[in-house]
Amino acid sequence: MCMRLENPLLNVQDLHAHYGKSHILRGVEFHVGKGEVVSLLGRNGSGRSTTLKAVMGLVPPTSGHIKLDGCDLTGARPYTVCRAGIAYVPEEREVFTNLTVDENLRMGEQPAHDGESKWTFDQMFEYFPRLKERRNTRAGNLSGGEQQMLTICRSLLGNPKLLLIDEPTEGLAPKVVTVVGEVIQDIHQRGVSIVLVEQKLAIALKVSTHVCVMGHGQIVFEGKPDELGNNQELLKEWLAV
Amino acid sequence: MEYYVVSLLNGTIYGLLLFMVSAGLTLIFGMMGVLNFAHASFYMVGAYLAYTLQKLLGFWPALVLSTLLVGVIGALVERYFLRRVHKFGHAHELLLTFGISFIIAELIKLIYGNFPVDYRIPKSLDFSAFTIFGASYPAYRLLMGSIALAMFALIYLLLTRTRVGIVVRSAIYKPKMAEALGHNVPMVFMGVFSAGAALAGLAGAVAGAFYTTNPNMALELGIMVFVVVVVGGLGSLEGAMLASLLIGLITSYSVGIDRSLADLCALFGARAWAEGVGGLMTLKISSLAATIPFAFMLIILLVRPSGLLGEKE
Repeated sequence: MCMRLENPLLNVQDLHAHYGKSHILRGVEFHVGKGEVVSLLGRNGSGRSTTLKAVMGLVPPTSGHIKLDGCDLTGARPYTVCRAGIAYVPEEREVFTNLTVDENLRMGEQPAHDGESKWTFDQMFEYFPRLKERRNTRAGNLSGGEQQMLTICRSLLGNPKLLLIDEPTEGLAPKVVTVVGEVIQDIHQRGVSIVLVEQKLAIALKVSTHVCVMGHGQIVFEGKPDELGNNQELLKEWLAV
Repeated sequence: MEYYVVSLLNGTIYGLLLFMVSAGLTLIFGMMGVLNFAHASFYMVGAYLAYTLQKLLGFWPALVLSTLLVGVIGALVERYFLRRVHKFGHAHELLLTFGISFIIAELIKLIYGNFPVDYRIPKSLDFSAFTIFGASYPAYRLLMGSIALAMFALIYLLLTRTRVGIVVRSAIYKPKMAEALGHNVPMVFMGVFSAGAALAGLAGAVAGAFYTTNPNMALELGIMVFVVVVVGGLGSLEGAMLASLLIGLITSYSVGIDRSLADLCALFGARAWAEGVGGLMTLKISSLAATIPFAFMLIILLVRPSGLLGEKE
């Protein structure tokens, strides 16, 4: 654990956020080291999605700190956060249905950070050949699975250091779920750090290097995937439906 | 015959002028959803600025400079006024821009006086393009039409073929997601607003020399451009073009029709009855000319609420 704290890529400290009067995040603290995949687990309403949105600057934090590579991003606008190196795959997918697949991908393009390799359109089409076939189709005419592929590719083309992915497998056919899981692992192997919010425990445990369990707007457990997988009490208290 | 051809020409040119002003409003109101009542005021400011500047710089430099200056004014209005009230909704935008349009009109009256100024077509452009039915047709009308067409082509290509266009279209559609992908959306909005204002300014600079440049010109055109944007369909550039031409032609033709509903009734032998009823039945179409576009809008809204080519309701 201590090794992780020395040089974290993302450092979230005592993060609070409100929706109107309801206090959603109540002091969230976690770290993501370079090359790690950290899963945020928990029941609906535990604050996982809001944590991602707050890191991305889409929900203004009421207090606390968010740092990327030591650079303070607390309260920064989303485009600043993106340019600093964080990309976001929202749960709602949010593809631009009025644009074609190709135009959606071009929307995601950002220059690579110094000394890092750049993601290309060809790599995207290697992951998901289906997107290449549908390049000139309006994104609104894609299936849910295709939209999810598009959203992942769109954010990768921003050449992020850290990728925030919210429920990537929700509502997808089992076959597509497997593909998305493999792509996430491959992205990780190419050196991109990931924060994953995932409902399916099996996938989360498989792809993660660390897991955080959230409850009532706080992190209630942090550890290795197998530590969580073997702890029936913890699973029952915070994750069982 | 003469009436039909000349009305067709004049109606088309007037339609193209309407398009020049409403193109900007299509971007601002139709796409961004900002209710900007002061849009036609930018048109007026463009005309007055061009009038002042052409005395110092000549016609063409004045045209360019006044367009740019109106663009700057537009950017300032967006940045320091509209951006602050946007989150409160359309009522606030309407009130704010209504106020701005009054301030602009009063400033113009204060500076230039409450009467038309002597803004004329430069001598070098004041010649006839061709002769039609013994009357010469001014080349300047054709120039106005060409500028409008060039503007249409330019905006269309910019929006559909360039990265800037892609960013604008997605920022308007899903501002938060566009921002999360690293695009400075507030800046994009300011840019679009400024470009829309500049287009209106250019239209004013061009048309002010041909029609009259007076402190009421914004009011005269202001409502009509909203009619164009609504009839064409919110956010549809092609729709705005189509609606502008239709309204231009309708206005142009109806001015020359000296008939009334009573004449129609006469076909069925009911003239005496119709004249007995009076009112609307005996009003000549020519005297209704200014109202017809609004009736047209009413019908479109009833039959096709999304406008001729619009997708939004």
